[in-house]
Amino acid sequence: MKFAKYVLGAVAALAVLTLFLIDPALAQEAAAEVTEPAKPAFDTGDTAWMLTSTALVLMMTIPGLALFYGGMVRKKNILTIVMQCFATTCIITVVWMVIGYSLAFTDGGGMQKYLGGMSQVMLKGMTLDSAHSLAGTIPESVFMTFQMTFAIITPALIVGAFADRMKFSALVLFMILWSIVVYAPIAHWVWGGGFLGGAGVLDYAGGTVLHINAGIAGLVTAIYLGKRTGYGTENMAPSNLVYSLTGAALLWVGWFGFNAGSAVAAGTRAGMAMAVTQIATATAALAWMLAEWLVHKKPSVLGIISGAVAGLVAITPASGFVGPVGALWIGAAAGVGCFFAATTVKRAIGYDDSLDVFGVHCVGGIIGAILTGVFAVEAIGGAKGALEGNVGQIWTQIEGVAATLIWSGLATFVILIVVNIITGVRVSQAVEVEGLDINLHGEVVP
Amino acid sequence: MKLVMAIIKPFKLDEVRQALTELGLQGMTVTEVKGYGRQKGHTEIYRGAEYAVNFLPKIKIEVVVPAKLVDKAVDAIVAAAKTGQIGDGKIFVVPVEQTVRIRTGETNESAL
Repeated sequence: MKFAKYVLGAVAALAVLTLFLIDPALAQEAAAEVTEPAKPAFDTGDTAWMLTSTALVLMMTIPGLALFYGGMVRKKNILTIVMQCFATTCIITVVWMVIGYSLAFTDGGGMQKYLGGMSQVMLKGMTLDSAHSLAGTIPESVFMTFQMTFAIITPALIVGAFADRMKFSALVLFMILWSIVVYAPIAHWVWGGGFLGGAGVLDYAGGTVLHINAGIAGLVTAIYLGKRTGYGTENMAPSNLVYSLTGAALLWVGWFGFNAGSAVAAGTRAGMAMAVTQIATATAALAWMLAEWLVHKKPSVLGIISGAVAGLVAITPASGFVGPVGALWIGAAAGVGCFFAATTVKRAIGYDDSLDVFGVHCVGGIIGAILTGVFAVEAIGGAKGALEGNVGQIWTQIEGVAATLIWSGLATFVILIVVNIITGVRVSQAVEVEGLDINLHGEVVP
Repeated sequence: MKLVMAIIKPFKLDEVRQALTELGLQGMTVTEVKGYGRQKGHTEIYRGAEYAVNFLPKIKIEVVVPAKLVDKAVDAIVAAAKTGQIGDGKIFVVPVEQTVRIRTGETNESAL
């Protein structure tokens, strides 16, 4: 009931915001545009590919990530986590439409280095013919929706870190705040004209903006919420790894929209991004499998699919900059690095990141970000890496990683404190033991 | 009449079914079950986390046989289900008081 009040408040605020935005001059503006002769020259090939990519990236979250995570939790909590992924998709869509896109991708004036402006709140000014300066050959509506799918999957990734113990009301509030306070600014830093893009940080499809960002937020959330009840003593084996494998496969396929789509054009660079994505993913899957085979004596299904996701994460920043051989090394490093991060390191430090969001996304993202600085090929992405003599690029990459870790880590922590005050973040122990599905959503998987 | 209840390794089911059919037994009930005996359980590892799984999958066969066939049935199950490895299972024999075939109303041995 308490929560219903907040929802009502949010809806009221939204209504006021909409009223505020209705501009009496709007009708005249529209009329003026009809007579405007200069329309942006859209490329039908680019537009077609970006429409496709957008659908592919949305598929990564629902059903891809939902299934990947769903299969890994215990049966009593499986609906809760797929619900969290689905609800996050819906929440972020609205947040992005209302304010996220504007904060990430418009000019912030005096604050431009750190944050975009409010000029496109409620997608004001987005018309049939408008284009964003970053993507002149496709309609802005396509660019905005493509970026929206990125904004959706990033917070959805965090869900895995606090699986099995977060309140649903807390999740709703957390997602809204996190998207505005953490995702939008960091996307602006790298892609929207902020200081990281200006400093020359290479992040093709969002290794820093998405994966390092979500990964560190996951770690902070997992530590803030505390371990799952019975962690280390009870059997928390995955309920159905066939779901997880299906989800991982959907993530893999969807990732072509993610990486090759980040070319924002149906061109040569998109083709190379696609090729290196495939190579790095397969290599990382094999690397994790082999490491596990050596250490734990058996190559597991969970291992090979985790390796594939680690490879996808690591090649994300590199995809438009490196060639096939670079991709092979990035994949190998990510597979082995994330294997040890999610197993040995996690156990040594003793935090309970339920589904290894930190171990796979943050560590994989950092490996990818730094190795992008090593393997970048000027002929592909116009930027030289350390192998072509530009050793300084590694430092620039580390700068991007550090800025993201600090801001996302701190801001996530503050958001959790605020959410905890308003709704409380963690379910009671009784709910946790009995299962979140029946208690939070009133449904169970038989 | 006796109820012969055998817990066996899952992959031995078909051999046991065949052996019992050869004795002329016309039917049985099979259930997938979990349990442990001297074999105990095993451990599973997921992303480095080890879980002790106490119960192993087994198959439970239930078949009611005429008293004169009990020994033969037990011998047939032992012969078919034995691997010599730990975890081969167990057989229990318990008396049955009454049997009724629902469709015809026949009772006891003629209902088997």
